Amino acid sequence: MKIGVVTFPGTLDDRDAARAVNHAGGEAVALWHNDADLYGVDAVILPGGFSYGDYLRCGAISRFSPVMEPIIKAAQGGMPLLGICNGFQVLAEAHLIPGALTRNHELHFLCRDQKLTIENTDTAWTSSFTQGQEILIPLKNGEGAYMCDDETLAMLEGEGRIIARYVGENPNGSRNLIAGITNERGNIVGLMPHPEHAIDSLTGPSADGLGFFTSVLKAMVK
Amino acid sequence: MSLDTVAIAQANPDASQPFAELGLKPDEYARIKEILGRRPTSSELAMYSVMWSEHCSYKSSKVHLKQFGDKAVKTDALLVGIGENAGVVDVGQGYAVTFKIESHNHPSFIEPYQGAATGVGGIVRDILTMGARPIAVMDPLRFGPADAADTRRVLPGIVAGVGGYGNCLGLPNIGGEVVFDETYLGNPLVNALCVGVMKHSDIKLAKAAGAGNLVVLYGAKTGGDGIGGVSVLASETFESKGPAKRPAVQVGDPFVEKVLIECSLEIFAEDLVVGIQDLGGAGLSCATSELASGGSGGMKVQLDKVPLRDPSLSPEEILMSESQERMCAIVEPSKIVRFLEICEKWDVTVTVIGEVTDGNHLEITWNGELIVDVPPRTVAHDGPVYNRPLAQPAYIDAVAKEVINVPIPTTADEIKATVLKLIATPNLADKSWVTDQYDRYVQGNSIQSQPDDSGMVRIDEKTHLGVAVATDANANWSYLNPYEGAKLALAEAARNIATAGAKPLAVTNCLNFGSPEDPGVMWQFAESVRGLADGCLEMGLPVTGGNVSFYNQTGAVAILPTPVIGVLGVIDDVRTRTPMSFDRAGLDLYLLGETESHLAGSEWAYMHNQRGGVAPIADLQREMRLLDLLVAGRTKKIFSAAHDLSQGGLAATLTEMVLRYNMGATIQLDNVGLTLLSETPGRVVVAIDSSQTAALTSEASSQKIALTKIGTTGGDSLVINDAKISLVELRKAHTETFPKLFG
Amino acid sequence: MAKIVVDVMLKPEILDPQGKAVAAALPRLGFTFATDVRQGKRFEIEVDGEPTPAQLADVEKAAEKLLSNPVIENFTVRVEK
Repeated sequence: MKIGVVTFPGTLDDRDAARAVNHAGGEAVALWHNDADLYGVDAVILPGGFSYGDYLRCGAISRFSPVMEPIIKAAQGGMPLLGICNGFQVLAEAHLIPGALTRNHELHFLCRDQKLTIENTDTAWTSSFTQGQEILIPLKNGEGAYMCDDETLAMLEGEGRIIARYVGENPNGSRNLIAGITNERGNIVGLMPHPEHAIDSLTGPSADGLGFFTSVLKAMVK
Repeated sequence: MSLDTVAIAQANPDASQPFAELGLKPDEYARIKEILGRRPTSSELAMYSVMWSEHCSYKSSKVHLKQFGDKAVKTDALLVGIGENAGVVDVGQGYAVTFKIESHNHPSFIEPYQGAATGVGGIVRDILTMGARPIAVMDPLRFGPADAADTRRVLPGIVAGVGGYGNCLGLPNIGGEVVFDETYLGNPLVNALCVGVMKHSDIKLAKAAGAGNLVVLYGAKTGGDGIGGVSVLASETFESKGPAKRPAVQVGDPFVEKVLIECSLEIFAEDLVVGIQDLGGAGLSCATSELASGGSGGMKVQLDKVPLRDPSLSPEEILMSESQERMCAIVEPSKIVRFLEICEKWDVTVTVIGEVTDGNHLEITWNGELIVDVPPRTVAHDGPVYNRPLAQPAYIDAVAKEVINVPIPTTADEIKATVLKLIATPNLADKSWVTDQYDRYVQGNSIQSQPDDSGMVRIDEKTHLGVAVATDANANWSYLNPYEGAKLALAEAARNIATAGAKPLAVTNCLNFGSPEDPGVMWQFAESVRGLADGCLEMGLPVTGGNVSFYNQTGAVAILPTPVIGVLGVIDDVRTRTPMSFDRAGLDLYLLGETESHLAGSEWAYMHNQRGGVAPIADLQREMRLLDLLVAGRTKKIFSAAHDLSQGGLAATLTEMVLRYNMGATIQLDNVGLTLLSETPGRVVVAIDSSQTAALTSEASSQKIALTKIGTTGGDSLVINDAKISLVELRKAHTETFPKLFG
Repeated sequence: MAKIVVDVMLKPEILDPQGKAVAAALPRLGFTFATDVRQGKRFEIEVDGEPTPAQLADVEKAAEKLLSNPVIENFTVRVEK
């Protein structure tokens, strides 16, 4: 099971995402932003970081990278695609999922161990969890407030496309405490917190993050 | 301004030059003329002025810093010592670790965000230049009083700058300090530390060897940032009126540096450079003269080839520019094509600007005209050396006579009130407001970070080999006794490494002082260096490098002497580290080390406006025995937890332990008030399972460390004799302070 | 030389914490004139000679595709001498 992990200039958590993939039993394949070849991977992860220094808007420049063309095509055809943090921002800029990520409401970069509930276990990336399961994974960003118009919000809620929600105080001002969403088909997921930093309790607050990576490996077996 | 060339300088030797405005003294100007046999061109004058400034040449500190080399213990672990961009130590398994701490104090007062950001950027480049991948940063910060208006101006910007730059580079922040004191009002201290890792064979040095090899400038384009920053800012004190030196501040772009890091590491992996230097203070003046000095001896540079952001810059300005994110590499002609290819892959601007030569000339031309022809060593290494007058200040004997008179709690109510007051004071309060702005997870190898005693990073994912780093300073003790103060800070940093069970290996230091032109300050500096050198010799820890920051004063008032000591240690398996605190009930708590009456220089005394008294005398032999005990506590699996005592004494340590994993404790102490507040050095609180009692007693006895049982873990309160403080109340007092102060 | 200026602002319904922070800071400095502040971005685009209608149309497209995020931002385009 090969999972591509994209590196844009300024990407930071690519090696961590690759480690998580390998830890979960998959094979991580490094994909370069400038190379429009997916090398036959079965799924793709857009990792966290500050691609292009967050110039213009987070993810605004990355989304036009050569590698994004085959990724968008494959994802529209059903390939599992996960965008973590900056990756979530790229997915939003590319309009693969609705809404946009904006500046944290308290203006500070915030790194904290964040409780989430998993609210949709039907996606390619969340099937390893149980409905309503509470997990603890790191949240670390400055532009993590999920925004969309009322119509979009109603649709996301109505269709159960919110895959994860923050528990407790809203850490960044996201509407309806949204921490992650999926597309209609359930193969594309955008997630603000970082599951790749919660794969063991030695280096993270828990091993709860592994579930995202084992889910997609299961999905690919099917 | 028309071009001032070597030919013109020879032709009109008596032209008047603004050497004083550039920070040079008349005797220094005379020396330059003597070296060159003529007057310098304006470009040469610019180069000498920045390179001979205090910040770059260490002219006031050199004679004292020599002790680090003279008194150095011989150790095979030191692979690269003082003199290079950063020191390198062998940590085993073929790995070498490089680390260093630096200051960026004056720029941070002027422009807090950029000052702090570029401080981080600069130290990271120093580590990168050694051939290492940077893996972590730390930030010891010092501010004026927490409620001062100017602290509210500088603190948020500095914290945002450290976070903004470090986070964007993908470097976890694994620790630091936040200290408040009147002494730093107007002179905040921003010290930044970086750690990097590599294999032994990867080590790179700053030398331009091999005539014919190419001098290559890559990274950001050159602009007008920080022109004259080093000489104008760091070598003069501020006028009391406030920040007017705005134009000299550097502006950083962490994205460019992140790309620079990845590009450079690929270049290093393919062994494409003979030598490399980053461009920091004094920019190109420094890089060219240092590389030439370190190598074959000479260099030819075509300055007009330097890619510019601002085409209006004069040659003098280009030579003095401190534009960030630039590196200078020496590349063999056969390797340049591949070098350029890698830069293109990462979209990094790269230009060949010259070549290495034999001989003793650094020659720089501007559109074919020779504007600089100097012997490089005279610029980079043979700067003036001052033996500044020093004199023990009158206050030393005066404060030693002061008797500390602070309230010592005895009743349950008094104990409770004292603890709550102490742990809420800004110096001891919870620092999450600051540290939550830093990414501590990126790279996936952070084992310990704030609020643990040391930062710890795993460097091998298979063997779990790791390194631990801690920084400490105690300006209160350094003020009372600079010699002992430095030793005590060294001991504390080493102890902070050892509580987790790591073994201290090497030392770096950032020496923050007032004006060296004040004999009293110079005496404080000399004593601090002597104390640190003696301490390092006794403890067998080599000083691998560091930084001196003078002129931290406003008008005639210097800051308290603040030598910040960083210690690096190694641990063979991070999975076996001793955690800082406990998460289960029923463990026994012991205090290692004897408590005496040491309130002078303590936080409690400071809170009562008493700064006098007699500092403790360091007992490094006992500290070393304690270090061995702490390491044994891990390897022999005796300890469940270990946390050291420092500012705030036992009261602070117990508070931090019970709040860490929300597990209470019941404590019984003799002479409770003094035992809670005293800051006697060389003490640690450990938690053990009762089955380990005999083992602990035996180890402590063989190391001759006093051992006192003080209580047990459990419950939802911190109980000290008859005083009971619920964890809820304790946490509230501890965590409210920063949000109330800074929003 | 003329330049084309694109001003980008967050849509009115989107929370603007930076604008709010500025609005809160003004009174602390003694400035009491503002009832609200919103923060945006300004792009100055240089072209050779006078901007043609075709170029302006292209700038609109570029503003929609790259310079702004239409999900959360509005923009205006004008020529400045």
